[in-house]
Amino acid sequence: MSTSNEYYIPHKATWPVIGTAGLVMMLAGFANYLNGSTAGSAWMLLGLTVFIVMLAGWFTLQSGESESGMYSTQVGISYRMGMMWFIFSEIMFFAVFFGTLWYTRNLSVPWLGGEGARAATKELLWPSFEAVWPTNGPGKVGGEFEPMGAWGLPFLNTLILLTSGVSCTWAHHGLLAKNRDQLIKGLAATVGLGLLFVSFQAFEYHEAYTEMGLTLGSGIYGSTFFMLTGFHGFHVCVGAIILSVVLFRSWKGHFKPENHFAFEAAAWYWHFVDVVWLGLFVFVYVI
Amino acid sequence: MSAVVAEHDDHHDHHEHGPAKGLLRWVITTNHKDIGTLYLLFALTMFFVGGAMAMVIRAELFEPGMQFVNPQFFNSMTTMHALVMVFGAVMPAFVGLANWMIPMMIGAPDMALPRMNNMSFWLLVAGVLLLASTLFMEGGAPASGWTLYPPLVLQTGKALPFAIFSVHLLGISSIMGAINIIATIFNMRAPGMTLMKMPMFVWTWLITAFLLIAIMPVFAGAVTMLLTDKFFNTSFFDAAGGGDPVLYQHIFWFFGHPEVYVMILPTFGVASTIIPVFARKPLFGYSSMVYATASIAFLSFIVWAHHMFTVGMPIAGELYFMYATMLIAIPTGVKVFNWTATMWKGSMTFETPMLFSIAFVVLFTMGGFTGLMMSVAPVDFQYHDTYFIVAHFHYTLVPASVFILMAAGYFWLPKWTGHMYDERIGRLHFWLSVVSVNILFFPQHFLGLAGMPRRIPDYAVQFADWNMISSIGGFIFGASQLLFLYIVIDTIKGGTGEKVTDEVWEDAAKHSLEWTLPSPPPYHSFTTPPTVIPTEHI
Repeated sequence: MSTSNEYYIPHKATWPVIGTAGLVMMLAGFANYLNGSTAGSAWMLLGLTVFIVMLAGWFTLQSGESESGMYSTQVGISYRMGMMWFIFSEIMFFAVFFGTLWYTRNLSVPWLGGEGARAATKELLWPSFEAVWPTNGPGKVGGEFEPMGAWGLPFLNTLILLTSGVSCTWAHHGLLAKNRDQLIKGLAATVGLGLLFVSFQAFEYHEAYTEMGLTLGSGIYGSTFFMLTGFHGFHVCVGAIILSVVLFRSWKGHFKPENHFAFEAAAWYWHFVDVVWLGLFVFVYVI
Repeated sequence: MSAVVAEHDDHHDHHEHGPAKGLLRWVITTNHKDIGTLYLLFALTMFFVGGAMAMVIRAELFEPGMQFVNPQFFNSMTTMHALVMVFGAVMPAFVGLANWMIPMMIGAPDMALPRMNNMSFWLLVAGVLLLASTLFMEGGAPASGWTLYPPLVLQTGKALPFAIFSVHLLGISSIMGAINIIATIFNMRAPGMTLMKMPMFVWTWLITAFLLIAIMPVFAGAVTMLLTDKFFNTSFFDAAGGGDPVLYQHIFWFFGHPEVYVMILPTFGVASTIIPVFARKPLFGYSSMVYATASIAFLSFIVWAHHMFTVGMPIAGELYFMYATMLIAIPTGVKVFNWTATMWKGSMTFETPMLFSIAFVVLFTMGGFTGLMMSVAPVDFQYHDTYFIVAHFHYTLVPASVFILMAAGYFWLPKWTGHMYDERIGRLHFWLSVVSVNILFFPQHFLGLAGMPRRIPDYAVQFADWNMISSIGGFIFGASQLLFLYIVIDTIKGGTGEKVTDEVWEDAAKHSLEWTLPSPPPYHSFTTPPTVIPTEHI
């Protein structure tokens, strides 16, 4: 599989324990905050800071090692496998929420409307409920709302993300052709489009909350809408941060045509986020 | 695929080759043996913590009426016993074995991603501590059962967000561990170690790791929706808003069913490793074992709703999940027949690891048969949520997974430490365990068939006799495990004083690579890849 005969085994890793401590502080702080403790948010911020310091420190260490040629091809394969399976775990995470959307739209909401053997239950419990999507359920949880249309900002956002996928690939071609200028421009465009996407989405959320009465509390439609688009938006932010780091490293002269795992990982992640959006656009907005 | 080790530490000190000094060694280690040891010792500790909770349960159930604890705390005990045993004891123990054994079995210097390996261990500790902290919170620890079904679980007090975040941490830990195992197996094998020459333990872990990466995010998603339902006004599991509490059950069991196979597939792997050595024969039907493992893993994803036969499902769903579940008996039967055929006409000897393995084959088969009984949907209406279920899954977990973990301990402790354990105490431990585990769990079949519900602190007097017998068995079983603790400590400190050979067991090196290394093995397993691949196990 590999032509090299050296496998790099690091010793004495301090960042993992620091990262774990940060994560625990953040989550325990968040839990305390949810329970109404005032100190919770401070712990959360402290934990987040430690976690960010860990990420910065750990990735600086890794990129330094990579640039000094300590990683053989075989080590690179391990990293690539790691990234691929990480993305697979992310796909499964999103699958839960897509599955939830499918289940409620095709099974549980029709059941509430009396489909199948449940006609009598419906008559007894909520005779006036009509099972049509979008819905906030027989209890009209969250009050009147207007569903989000597909062909305004969301469609524009689809075009933006698809374009960013193209610019990302264009940057990769630049890297392979040793065209540093094209690499940097392509990456900058990708990050810029990502940020544009996120700002449009923030605007959309603002509209939903202030104009349309659509909130996270708007029954099952609001829950699935904000959970799916929210987690996706969070992933776009993470992807944009990863790409910015890669952009910074490209500007510093890192990466060679035969050695640029960080770029590949960032690009894979970006395409994954892109594909999730296409699923969202079809199943959340259009259908 | 050849791998020669290159050593560096984070400070680019090229002269350092051994572990760090003092306690810090264990905190910052990236070595697969150190991390494996940490996992195993942590799992053993949690085995006793979870065991103590089980003792509380059995003490309360010793007689009808309320004796020692209030019902809320009793329910917390059943919940925490399950979570601690699943996520704190059995899973980490198998990850510990994977860390120790996989690099040695495939001829690698270490795991593929050593720094991440360290992080997955510490995240596990963090997750379990976060979970344990809920015992001391206002409103008590979660008391809804390990399934955390809404709406019941949403009534948990301050503990709820802590329990949910602990699930997130444990999930991240498991995913990292699983990614590492897959990358190690695919990328670090010695030349000539083709996939179909790998020891069965490596195969079963490869498939288990895939299951873990597929299911842990699903569980994380489910508990995230619990969190938002409780604190952020969402309606995922609330019918008033158009959601459905049954949806949680579907998502949970889509995770939960493969999850129980995460605990049993490595069990199969260890059994397939030990039995050929003491039968002095190749494993019967190696490739069928591989395919059976893969089939069980595949089936585990499409049978989840057999945990929900009584919850209300369209009849087509009931029928589908019933027949799909029955299919699992086929690959599982292949495995049981293969182990039996491996022993057939072998030159068998009965050292402690083999005793535990044979008990596993017999008792796991019994647990499997009760599972087959419950797969029949109309019959399950009678069994559901009774002690029959409790008896069933404890037969597949205690005299199966736990027994095989004990077997693995006896089998590999001499390799890990270079010392021999005391065979007499080992056999005493075995006989006490195998008798008491049946006194403990067999009567629970009768209780369940007679209609005793699970997860209750008090019961009707007609159940008194069998409960008392079950509790007595439980106390003997619990106490017997202290012998294992003694043996582990004693063996680490020198054991019988007998110096063990590299092979430890007669002709073991014909079966697997770890027996070609010294006992105890060097800090880095194979700094140069081995040239001869043992194939006796195939």
